Amino acid sequence: MTEPRKTGSQELEELGTAALSVPGPSRGLSELTPDGGEVQAIASGWRLALREFASNRLAVICLALLLLLVLFCFLGPLFYHTDQTYTNILNTNLPPSGSHLLGTDENGFDELGRIMVGGQAAFEVGGFASGVAIVIGTLYGAISGLVGGFVDGLLMRFVDILLSIPFLLIVLVIATKYSGTVVEISLILGVFTWLVPARLVRGEVLTLRTRDFVLAAQTMGSSRARLIYRHLIPNAMSVTIVNVTFLIADSILSLAYLGVLGEGLTPPHTSWGDMLGNAQTYVQNGYWWLVYPVGACLVFVVLAFNLVGDALRDAVDVRLQRR
Amino acid sequence: MLGYIVRRLITAVIVVLGVTAVSFAILHFLSPTPAYAVLGTKATHAAVVSWNKQHGYDRPEIVQFFSYLGNLVQLNFGYSYKLNQSVAALFNEDVGRSAYLSGAALVLSLIIAVPLGIAQAVKRNSPGDYAATAINFTLYSMPSFFLGLILIQLFALDLNIFPVGVGDNITTAWQAITHPRQLCLPIVTLALLNVASFSRYMRSSALDELAQDYIRLARAKGLSERAVLFRHLLRNASLPVITLVGLSIPTLLAGNLLIEYLFNYSGLGLLFYNALGNEDYNILLAYVLVGAILTVLGNLIADLAIATADPRVRLD
Repeated sequence: MTEPRKTGSQELEELGTAALSVPGPSRGLSELTPDGGEVQAIASGWRLALREFASNRLAVICLALLLLLVLFCFLGPLFYHTDQTYTNILNTNLPPSGSHLLGTDENGFDELGRIMVGGQAAFEVGGFASGVAIVIGTLYGAISGLVGGFVDGLLMRFVDILLSIPFLLIVLVIATKYSGTVVEISLILGVFTWLVPARLVRGEVLTLRTRDFVLAAQTMGSSRARLIYRHLIPNAMSVTIVNVTFLIADSILSLAYLGVLGEGLTPPHTSWGDMLGNAQTYVQNGYWWLVYPVGACLVFVVLAFNLVGDALRDAVDVRLQRR
Repeated sequence: MLGYIVRRLITAVIVVLGVTAVSFAILHFLSPTPAYAVLGTKATHAAVVSWNKQHGYDRPEIVQFFSYLGNLVQLNFGYSYKLNQSVAALFNEDVGRSAYLSGAALVLSLIIAVPLGIAQAVKRNSPGDYAATAINFTLYSMPSFFLGLILIQLFALDLNIFPVGVGDNITTAWQAITHPRQLCLPIVTLALLNVASFSRYMRSSALDELAQDYIRLARAKGLSERAVLFRHLLRNASLPVITLVGLSIPTLLAGNLLIEYLFNYSGLGLLFYNALGNEDYNILLAYVLVGAILTVLGNLIADLAIATADPRVRLD
């Protein structure tokens, strides 16, 4: 796979139309082959989307910072040793200093170390909950769209019904009974966030299933299961990948809300929401280090995922438009 | 049009029935009977059985569901055994204060977001537009709770303009209205969160409309820019706001919950929060249901309103 030598927007445009709108490769190749030169590989749709994404500088910066923050949260504790299990009542609410870079909280936990631990929970829940949601949503949407007719209507009405139930309220109610571990909270969140991906995938499948390659596969006797996992899901992937970033942002935000209201992870685990909820009591005492660093991390992560998601959507949309 | 309304109403009723069934099923799965909450966790099995029999919790789930549904139609939301009051009476007490908080926040957010979105579209890609977009994006990603804490720090503790929380003296919606200083921070916090999403939509909607021929025509016939914007653009660009307001009901309910908790303002959200701690499932079920029904109604009204307001929307 060779990169095209010029990356000017003109050539990108040509590449896009050549790769995506021409049914057979022959015309695109002949147009792109320089006289007597070697044949260049045609950029795939994914490659184009990637390049479009890379041209959005803000989103790339956000993605890089997110990766750094993930490393900070998961690898940071290896270098910055703190005790996040046993409370230390002699060191409560200390302001930032050399030994505690961001001070300590009301239980004597080092705040910087706690942000790392809370961040781990945020990323784990974000990843796991969105994974659950996307798996359920993709399968449900693909089946609903492919089967169509009465079953489709029934399945989608069920989605309508679940979408009408206020998300945070029902999640809170369930969390009072089950909350505790990252896995449990992720499952609760995932079970109520697969609805939007299901709708999106169904919409994609409805247009895909009339396309020639799907008809061809059907004619050749593909089973429905094969049709779904071999043809429909891979082609609807672009929509789901964009949605995953938004799902991660929403899950992290929901985890924070659960934590603030005291229905989040059980100690010794903690999340950024738990920390903010506890810090509320100390705002009046002026313990700013308990509020702003963790709040800023939370806002940044959600913001960054949203921006990355927007950029991805733009990139994929371009690909879809050119198709 | 009439056919459309009837069809839409029938779907809404079906969805409401479905929502009731699903919510009822989930909450009954979590807590089949409030007996232990009433009699204490150490209650004997015999006592629980007889309590269940006395209060109808020994009947099959499906019978319980239909009797709940029957009560619901008569606006009977069940009984809170923790607070020894009917849920309807508790709601009745708090609904005014919560409605005032949500309503005022909604109105305030529209007052800010609609002109802001239009201004951003008119002066698109200017430094001001970028700044507003950046602020909107940050607000959009900010948990209401954190925003509330920042505003408390700034306006209550540092500048001392507003009180930290809502005082206990506010017991009716009317008192809440007549004590604007106390309610200012909660309303502004809730409103700012909606401004973020509203103005984003307003901006893109106004951008779409600005490119339309009728705007060019209005300018070409020599109308002042103000007349173009206020008489022609505003009306057309505001149409998506109708849908947005209809869709913002779940956000408002969740926002109410956190804002009422943070500012200690007794409303439905705080009632719900306390019920979470008390495991008072009848209140929880009723509030989830009210929220879901409001959501369905909000969508329905928004769809009908947009069909009335926009002759281009064709109903078939």
